[in-house]
Amino acid sequence: MINKTVKNAQEALQGVQDGMTLMLGGFGLCGIPENSIAELLRLGVKDLTCISNNAGVDDFGIGLLLQKRQVKKMIASYVGENAEFERQLLSGELEVELIPQGTLAERVRAGGAGIPAFFTPAGYGTEVGNGKESREFNGKMYLMEEWLRADFAFVKAWKGDTAGNLIYKGTARNFNPMMATAGKITVAEVEELVPAGELDPNMIHTPGIFVQRIFQGEKYEKRIEQRTVRQA
Amino acid sequence: MALDKNQIAKRIAKEVKNGMYVNLGIGIPTLVANYIPHGIEVVLQSENGLLGMGPFPTEDQVDADLINAGKQTITTLPGSSIFSSADSFGMIRGEHVDLTILGAMEVSEKGDIANWKIPGKMVKGMGGAMDLVASAKNIIVAMQHTARDGSSKLLKECTLPITGLQCVKKIVTDLCVMEVTDKGFKLLERAPGVTVEDIQKATEGTLIIEGEIPEVEL
Repeated sequence: MINKTVKNAQEALQGVQDGMTLMLGGFGLCGIPENSIAELLRLGVKDLTCISNNAGVDDFGIGLLLQKRQVKKMIASYVGENAEFERQLLSGELEVELIPQGTLAERVRAGGAGIPAFFTPAGYGTEVGNGKESREFNGKMYLMEEWLRADFAFVKAWKGDTAGNLIYKGTARNFNPMMATAGKITVAEVEELVPAGELDPNMIHTPGIFVQRIFQGEKYEKRIEQRTVRQA
Repeated sequence: MALDKNQIAKRIAKEVKNGMYVNLGIGIPTLVANYIPHGIEVVLQSENGLLGMGPFPTEDQVDADLINAGKQTITTLPGSSIFSSADSFGMIRGEHVDLTILGAMEVSEKGDIANWKIPGKMVKGMGGAMDLVASAKNIIVAMQHTARDGSSKLLKECTLPITGLQCVKKIVTDLCVMEVTDKGFKLLERAPGVTVEDIQKATEGTLIIEGEIPEVEL
């Protein structure tokens, strides 16, 4: 089996340069590639285009990259949790493309699956449709949306093996499986890295073919945005 | 007496039928889950990738890897399933979800909805709202009838950027319950003590009033 293991985030991010397009998995702060983001910060690469459902919060996740002005353009569906993001956007410092969440998921999936475009009803009749081809199918209007691909995709999984196979846990799965398929180089960080053969092939969510580099992350903070509990 | 947020949620809960798959938006719609009548089995869909959303966890059940679309910690229920965002929106786009309940800033008499952006002021993004409204079989909106300055949010045409066209079926506000018809907002029920005149005054779009309008029963 091909061994995809690298030592750490530093080795996993070799080749990341200014101006690149990156995908980052996660929904809110759930399932984000914490170690890869920390390494992007350390490298200080700039003028990045980041594709991610959200932009983190002011002091965690992609919010950290925004604070250091490393991001030129953000492609996301919801950025409400980040005041610094909103400030940079309203002042024109940051370029932003907001797209419907399902369209974002499907554009990434299409990128990984080799489908250059598809039609979706989401956003028809709204400013999302400006400049896009629309077409009627069975009496309903649809917008043509194009695939998204990235120079690097950073994903976070629960378990992975040295062959690059990944298993996600809970709703930390979210955008990670599609993004894993859409990077020229996909870097997977996992909480537990095991030798090939230890994961049940029936349980694999992302097959190793999509992953170029895998490493075991460390010190996962897994910050919770809205800690909501009930009485026992 | 206008309805408060919990009463709006309670009224909407009466629209939820046995066996439905339901997506609840952030805010008042989330509260609907608290009022689903006993004996009615529904499956709640959370668009970040969960079917069968359960109640908030107890302190010792909290799991950072298990949240809903509002980023709140939650639990799963027996029979739950977890999937990717692409599969989640496949369910939504493919019209497998029976009912979508969401909030709005404005609704037009044609059923257009605006709820994602205030130009120059608020840019949070549409999240999954555009996908949901474009493909939902049935959409119920929970909202305040008027803005803080008293101006109507139920309009002939939306003034804010549109989220989706001609998609809203029913609206429950603090003042009343309305249905969107070809001819405008049809008044179905009014909040206790709120008069038809009060509602008329608060509604800029065409309001259709036919016969006696009963009070909302909670």
